[in-house]
Amino acid sequence: MFNLYTKRRLTNAIGLSISVAAMAFGLFWLCWILWTLLDHGLPAMTPAVFAKMTPPPGSSGGLLNAIYGSIAMTLGGTLIGTPIGIMAGTYLAEFGHRGWLSPITRFINDILLSAPSIVIGLFIYEVYVVRLKHFSGWAGTLALAIIVIPIVIRTTENMLRLVPSSLREAAAALGAPQWKIINFVTLRAARAGIITGVMLAIARISGETAPLLFTALNNQFWNKDMSQPMANLPVVIFQFAMSPYEDWQKLAWAGALLITFSVLTLNILARTLFRQGNSTH
Amino acid sequence: MFLHEARLKRQSLLDSLFRNLTRLAAIGVLLLLASILFSLVMGSMPAIHAFGFGFLKSPDWDPVNDKFGALIPIIGTLVTSGIALLIAIPVSFGIALFLTELSPRALRRPLGVAIELLAGIPSIIYGMWGLFVFAPLFADHIEPWISDHIGALPYIGPFFVGPPMGIGMLTASIILAIMVIPFISSVMRDVFDVVPAMLKESAYGLGSTTWEVVMKIVLPYTKVGVAGGIMLGLGRALGETMAVTFVIGNAHELSQSLLNPGNSISSALANEFTEAVGELYTSSLIELGLILFFITFVVLSIARFMLYKLGQREGKAS
Repeated sequence: MFNLYTKRRLTNAIGLSISVAAMAFGLFWLCWILWTLLDHGLPAMTPAVFAKMTPPPGSSGGLLNAIYGSIAMTLGGTLIGTPIGIMAGTYLAEFGHRGWLSPITRFINDILLSAPSIVIGLFIYEVYVVRLKHFSGWAGTLALAIIVIPIVIRTTENMLRLVPSSLREAAAALGAPQWKIINFVTLRAARAGIITGVMLAIARISGETAPLLFTALNNQFWNKDMSQPMANLPVVIFQFAMSPYEDWQKLAWAGALLITFSVLTLNILARTLFRQGNSTH
Repeated sequence: MFLHEARLKRQSLLDSLFRNLTRLAAIGVLLLLASILFSLVMGSMPAIHAFGFGFLKSPDWDPVNDKFGALIPIIGTLVTSGIALLIAIPVSFGIALFLTELSPRALRRPLGVAIELLAGIPSIIYGMWGLFVFAPLFADHIEPWISDHIGALPYIGPFFVGPPMGIGMLTASIILAIMVIPFISSVMRDVFDVVPAMLKESAYGLGSTTWEVVMKIVLPYTKVGVAGGIMLGLGRALGETMAVTFVIGNAHELSQSLLNPGNSISSALANEFTEAVGELYTSSLIELGLILFFITFVVLSIARFMLYKLGQREGKAS
């Protein structure tokens, strides 16, 4: 017969071992996926990946146009989304203490933060692609910008709230108008955190596939014109991985390795460079 | 004197300009949501007119005869997300418990970041890995066992009988579970951290074991936040597209067994949208998107509401 103490100690031991097992379970998948990527991706990483265009089925080639398209659209999406996000986040943190606008905006923003990205692709398709009657790099850029905005709003607001009020009051006491206080004092004090948020947003959109499927589509050729359909890594990976051709699948693994390691590097950089900011779920 | 006044005036003009500019951006977010909703409703109008509410109940999906129904994708989405949560909740709880109570202080941050990296891996990578690595292993080693042993049980047996193909609803659910674990566990870790140290220490002082402190002090204190985190994970799982598209099999068939291929809303969209011809086909797909948006909207609203409630209590306590 167990006495009460042994029973409690036993429950404790079992519970805690399960917890350790759960942690190991989580890390196990991470290691397995990363190992798979290295295993399949490294042999496929040849100089041609960075030098040639995406090939037609059955021949070898590279990913140059897709890499260019991904960088262009990610950059464009970030450049459009970031200013809007920072401004709205500033409003929520600095002006929105009273009234109905800021609680509702905060709520809606939190929803947009985890809204299915494929729906955002559908939205851009409806309002942009259907109107202009063709897929384009701009449509993809806009879809990515919509994903960037809520992430940047969330971090900007959180980081501005961490700035002590005494800083604002000191600036106000010196006679600075509010726009100067915000632009030159509080936003500057929160800069590191906001940059973290932007980096996390870039990391998020550079791997997004779903919103690009019906917006940027794909393009087999070198294309710098944003108003044409544009190749991009995620959609190329999707198309090539699902194909039966071995050359294409190899390229898909190379692209997958490329994209994952750039995303993870960005993530780690953002988290270690500026230690305070990791509040975007 | 005059100069000074003019300067003041200019500054206050700039002030209100700046304030209204930022307010415009905030209103923009509201408009964004409104226009997403509006455009989806407009896009699905032809399907709504053609099928009405029957769209939700019909299992048809026949592009040739222009007959469409959302039942199969809706069931697929709900079932895969539900099973994913069943797997992910206990694991996430274990991870959060480990990170807040058990882990050595020096390991806490690196391990936390490692789990968050799992969330950083793009979903298409999960899909590829699932299709090329996980599904074949699953089909060769685990599915035959499931089919033989669990399939023989009464009641739940019929859900687990089927050919071991590797791709199917169960595979999709497992991969979804791996994807939402980091989201749920990081919310759980954050809410576990808000429990006042005093409460935990008093329990330890009375002689509680770690397990008892977690089950009887930490969990009751944070239950709203934990539920919020779970709903957040559910919201993620419902809308996940690429990983599911690779492994669910994309079959518009209603089958009882989880080992058979199925379909989800997002994978139907990803697979068929660019190839859809005809107004009714396209607009049926858009209506699927609208339904998905509606479901996630409700789930995420509940999640946020719960997390706010915990946050409010935290504010009162301090």
